[in-house]
Amino acid sequence: MAVPGPETTQDEILVAFNRFGLGARPGGRDKLAGDPRAALRAELKAPDIALISLDDPAHAGLKGSTSAIQASMAATMQRKLERNLMAERTAKADASQMTDASQMPPAQPSAKPAVPRVEAELFRAEAKARLDKALQAEVGFVERLVYFWSNHFCVSAAKGPIVRASAGAFEREAIRPFVLGRFADMLMAVERHPAMLFYLDNQQSIGPDSRAGRKRQRGLNENLAREILELHTLGVGSGYTQADVTSFARILTGWMMAGREGRLGEPGSSVFNANAHEPGDAVLLGKTYPAAGMGQAEAALSDIARHPATAQHIATNLARHFISDEPPPAAVARLAKVFTRSDGNLRALAATLIDMPEAWSMPLTKMRSPFDYVAAIRRAAGPGPANAPGQSLRWLNALGEPLWQPPGPNGFSDQTDSWASAEGMKIRLDIAWQAAGQVNDIGNPNDMLDAIIGPSASPETRQAVARAESRQQGLALLLMAPEFQRR
Amino acid sequence: MSLLCETPHPSRRAVLMTGGALFAWAYLPRFARAADNRDPRLIVIVLRGALDGLSAVGPVGDPDYAGLHGDIALSLTGPHAALPLDGFFAVNPAMPVFARLFRDKQAAVVHAAATGYRERSHFDGQDVLESGYAGPGHVATGWLNRALESLPAGDRVATLGGLAVGPSTPLVIRGAAPVLGWAPQSLPAPARDLAARVLDLYQHRDPALAVALQKGLDADRMALDDQMGAKAINPKGGLDSAAGMRQAAQGAAKLIAADDGPRVAALAFDGWDTHVNEGGATGRLATLLGGLDGAFEEFEKGLGERWKDTAIVAITEFGRTAQINGTVGTDHGTGTVVLLAGGAIKGGRVIADWPGLKPAQLYEQRDLAPTSDVRGVLKGLLADQFGLSAAVLSDKVFPESSAVKPMRDLVT
Repeated sequence: MAVPGPETTQDEILVAFNRFGLGARPGGRDKLAGDPRAALRAELKAPDIALISLDDPAHAGLKGSTSAIQASMAATMQRKLERNLMAERTAKADASQMTDASQMPPAQPSAKPAVPRVEAELFRAEAKARLDKALQAEVGFVERLVYFWSNHFCVSAAKGPIVRASAGAFEREAIRPFVLGRFADMLMAVERHPAMLFYLDNQQSIGPDSRAGRKRQRGLNENLAREILELHTLGVGSGYTQADVTSFARILTGWMMAGREGRLGEPGSSVFNANAHEPGDAVLLGKTYPAAGMGQAEAALSDIARHPATAQHIATNLARHFISDEPPPAAVARLAKVFTRSDGNLRALAATLIDMPEAWSMPLTKMRSPFDYVAAIRRAAGPGPANAPGQSLRWLNALGEPLWQPPGPNGFSDQTDSWASAEGMKIRLDIAWQAAGQVNDIGNPNDMLDAIIGPSASPETRQAVARAESRQQGLALLLMAPEFQRR
Repeated sequence: MSLLCETPHPSRRAVLMTGGALFAWAYLPRFARAADNRDPRLIVIVLRGALDGLSAVGPVGDPDYAGLHGDIALSLTGPHAALPLDGFFAVNPAMPVFARLFRDKQAAVVHAAATGYRERSHFDGQDVLESGYAGPGHVATGWLNRALESLPAGDRVATLGGLAVGPSTPLVIRGAAPVLGWAPQSLPAPARDLAARVLDLYQHRDPALAVALQKGLDADRMALDDQMGAKAINPKGGLDSAAGMRQAAQGAAKLIAADDGPRVAALAFDGWDTHVNEGGATGRLATLLGGLDGAFEEFEKGLGERWKDTAIVAITEFGRTAQINGTVGTDHGTGTVVLLAGGAIKGGRVIADWPGLKPAQLYEQRDLAPTSDVRGVLKGLLADQFGLSAAVLSDKVFPESSAVKPMRDLVT
């Protein structure tokens, strides 16, 4: 085995797998030999590469968001009924037995409502589909783009049963079909998706002068409007004012998810409720949008999708994600230019990343996010017990990136420091050890190092793996090596 | 001193097993026809990382030992005196249980032992040790599983299969014969040795990650210490910690002692690669040996009635250099010890054709020269415990090993 000197130039296959993809699988490096850029471009051209189809028998456990939300609504109703029934029974029993109200009997643990945990089952099925997709990808560039956009337009399962049941469907319906399409289309699909309308409270927002507003004395909720401007499109500090936020919130009123009763439409589907929509013209960013029902918000979204600040914001985030925490200004400028010129063509944007010299020359200094790390482990380990979806979800929870459950609408951090934390590194060590212990046929860890990292593995890493006292330790060292952690 | 050159003296059983009965009885286990209704068990403990046999069982009577092993040499005097086995060898003071078993003739040592492997790679060395093949590269099946497979169908030992302890199945017991997997609940725990190695790598290649990981480990340690100041109440430990070894043995003993439990088990304990600050009578290696000693004790306790029919063998891929290195540790070497314990072991003996420790007597002038073949010890145990013939042992269990004769008379 040739040990490369410290002067080794950047290994382009490693760049393709780590910076752009989800890590090499055994034998994967050979397929990229010669032209790693071509392999990345091939992923961008592969038809339907980002999609997860409900027709696939492997995805029998998945439901469309409307069915998923309906299932959750039904389960919630049933839980409520059972709780009421039980409360009634307890009250009766209390009335007949109790003399002192302070001597309440402790709640019976067996008295929990026995409603199937639909939301958890759907969540698990969606998680499995995503993890399988990560495992099967050739390089994983498109999957990485899916995670980037899914985090950019995040919803959180912590919001409640409805989002827990539909978070996976949201990604499949609003992110995946558009990940190589137009930004304006993705934006529209995302902001109109029931999971997003529910997560960012547009469900509650009522135009004060709308029919519903006048009747029910309720009003605006600015959450969705603010996050669209601040996080999804223009970016904080890009010049919009509080008046813009409020005005945009008015424009967005009426965009709702149909409730359980189905008065507005099929329960769990996205609808426009004219009764809740604030009537009249509205001004946003200096432009007047005439009253047009749901068309008013469509027109506004269409404009801000094409706003120069949006191009700059998206370009910066993409460059930060794929190149460096401090992205080179030239790279950001080029991405912004492509975004503007191509009318937000995300495939063109992804292709620009591949063509960008900085992406191939700058050192791999970012940390793999927990999901990328777990995916890379699963890909390196191959099929086996180390690939159980439940285990991957537990690892993600431990690492602080629970799937589809970001701390806030700004998503999970994309900064190295967030993931190279003391606790995080300690947990990565535990995970590396556990994962290595579950691979039944590790083979020779030195060979695995060649297969996963390749010739640019540092002499120190090479030595550490070669000197490991067991295969398991050798593999764990590989999974902890800087070349495996950094991207 | 009992420098027992193991010249096979033909006992009645040895004649029976290797004589004319060989081919006719090739597959008939001994206990099946034994009058005393024995129900034999065999437990194999793989010590990964290459155990320093000279620090586990020190040749304190060898005039060259103390000089070579320097500060970490065992000694019969001083505050941490080694426990004498005979006039020549003494066991590390971290192993009082083993010393007691030895006195009770339930433990034995085979010294200056090695497999046929003469290179110094852990991975290849473990392949050879566990696969039972003459060379590296065979990683599909292990000799213990093939031994199970070689028993006649319907034999209880074969039917009940083997037991693999730990998060992964050790190669030694992997294969076609059925194997039950079991791991102590608290596994896997952070491996301290792994942490040290990763830290070392980070310090050279990625200082920022080194700082983060070190802080994480420190915080973890503080949190553990915080729990009423007693780590003892939190015996969570991997199989490279004394607590973990004890815990693994405790659980395994329960399974093996059961009437319908497996008769054959494999455990793998990590952490024996002692390049730096190995320690002698105390220190890092002694802590690990204490864990192994604890495992022996747990087996003795947990197996109860079954202890008398049990043979435990602890083996490692190779030994370490006779002379300590510049960092008060030892590097990869060749000859080492095989430790035998259990009620079925004909103990109280150190079996060694002692090669001596003078420069010319060392293997390649650096390692304890091997004079016994580990495969011979294992063949002897399999023959005596399960009646496997020399032919099956040389052909199927340890392929291409007909030159290595089973070491007989290890079992009572």
